[in-house]
Amino acid sequence: MSKTYYDAADLRKFGKITEWSEELGAKFFDYYGKVFEEGALTAREKSLIALAVAHTEQCPYCIDAYTKDSLQRGITKPEMMEAIHVGAAIKSGATLVHGVQMMNKVNKLEM
Amino acid sequence: MATKSLKARNNDIAKTSKQLEILSNGIFSDGELPTFANKIKETNQFPLRPKKLEILQINLGYICNQVCEHCHVDAGPDRKEIMSVKTMKQCLEVIKKTEAHTLDLTGGAPEMNPNFRWFVEEASKAGIKDFIVRSNLTIIRANKKYYDLPKFFKKYNIHVVSSMPHWTRGKTDKQRGNGVFDTSIKALQELNNVGYGVPGSSLQLDLVYNPSGAFLPGDQKGLENDFKKALKEDFNIDFHHLFAITNLPISRFLEYLIASENYEDYMVALVDAYNPSAVENVMCTNTISVSWDGYLYDCDFNQMLNLKVASNVKHIADYNEAILEDRTIIINQHCYGCTAGAGSSCQGTVA
Repeated sequence: MSKTYYDAADLRKFGKITEWSEELGAKFFDYYGKVFEEGALTAREKSLIALAVAHTEQCPYCIDAYTKDSLQRGITKPEMMEAIHVGAAIKSGATLVHGVQMMNKVNKLEM
Repeated sequence: MATKSLKARNNDIAKTSKQLEILSNGIFSDGELPTFANKIKETNQFPLRPKKLEILQINLGYICNQVCEHCHVDAGPDRKEIMSVKTMKQCLEVIKKTEAHTLDLTGGAPEMNPNFRWFVEEASKAGIKDFIVRSNLTIIRANKKYYDLPKFFKKYNIHVVSSMPHWTRGKTDKQRGNGVFDTSIKALQELNNVGYGVPGSSLQLDLVYNPSGAFLPGDQKGLENDFKKALKEDFNIDFHHLFAITNLPISRFLEYLIASENYEDYMVALVDAYNPSAVENVMCTNTISVSWDGYLYDCDFNQMLNLKVASNVKHIADYNEAILEDRTIIINQHCYGCTAGAGSSCQGTVA
């Protein structure tokens, strides 16, 4: 057993999840692969979205995977960082927009 | 950024035996990853055999004005291995009678061989269809004596293939050294000025991209579009095609992979991306590589690992295409670099 919760080498073993549930695992990877193909969005655009989401989800495996994927696609460092800011802005916006809920509640409770 | 070759630094990895030992041990000996031989056996592609010869690639020497971090040749200003006139004459005899449609001169910086121009002039008389010189671009601006290279290339209708790791300064200079980007841009503009790379021009100018780090190249066409757009918008530069080439885990790139603790992940990435259809067209099946001292190899990478052809004919002096075609290609784990994804060769993707 690994002494830490996350082990970078585990990313290589991702495909093994199929071994304990073949049909669902295979369907997932089939879907996953299809999602990242060129479509209405380019594969490059999808990679940047994945990189941003990897950060908002704070998934270290995804961050490793999509940082490498971005480099492979020739995506520049400023583009990568801007994508993360988009994720961060939505995260902080999502927190702050709940401030309206707080304000509504205060207004309802206060005389 | 190294300023000397592995050889000049007396680095252990300069020894080809050491490189082959690394490539045969570790994750390949403990069974985590299949050896290349076992992998191609799965698809009945073992042993790898040559098809018809198409490309004769000649390495004019390992001397270079640059010391790129990823260089598989371990080239640099300190390398003394340079093709002699005697070997060049032997090569010219072969060039006159070869069935190959492409002659590909490489190095090091081939232009630094003192007899480069004479050799090009003589070789051009053979009338080979596609005559390539692999130029690193900065050589054109390295010294006044090279300033007229664009015109020289034009005179002999040379197909110029040049390295350009990125369209941004930072990534280029990190891989190839400070100032390389600006000098390369200037050199490309000068090639454009004499007609190279311009849309519709017969003077072919292609660029080679290899990743500046421990990752594989992305889609060649997508990268070509990005390069074209950026170089045109920022510097008004035109070129014809972009070849995306995978860095093979040998020589200085192997040293980098090990030092940066990326070796295992990189090999896993190569094996994961293994593509049997790339094996069909891998360049060793249509190429002969000639070293500065006239020995023959299945490819430039095998040359750098000192793996001479498995044939009775091992030297340009004894060259015989029919005998050479009847050989088995020597493989090792570095070959995964040519079969990953869309495949990789000196002419770009193969699948």
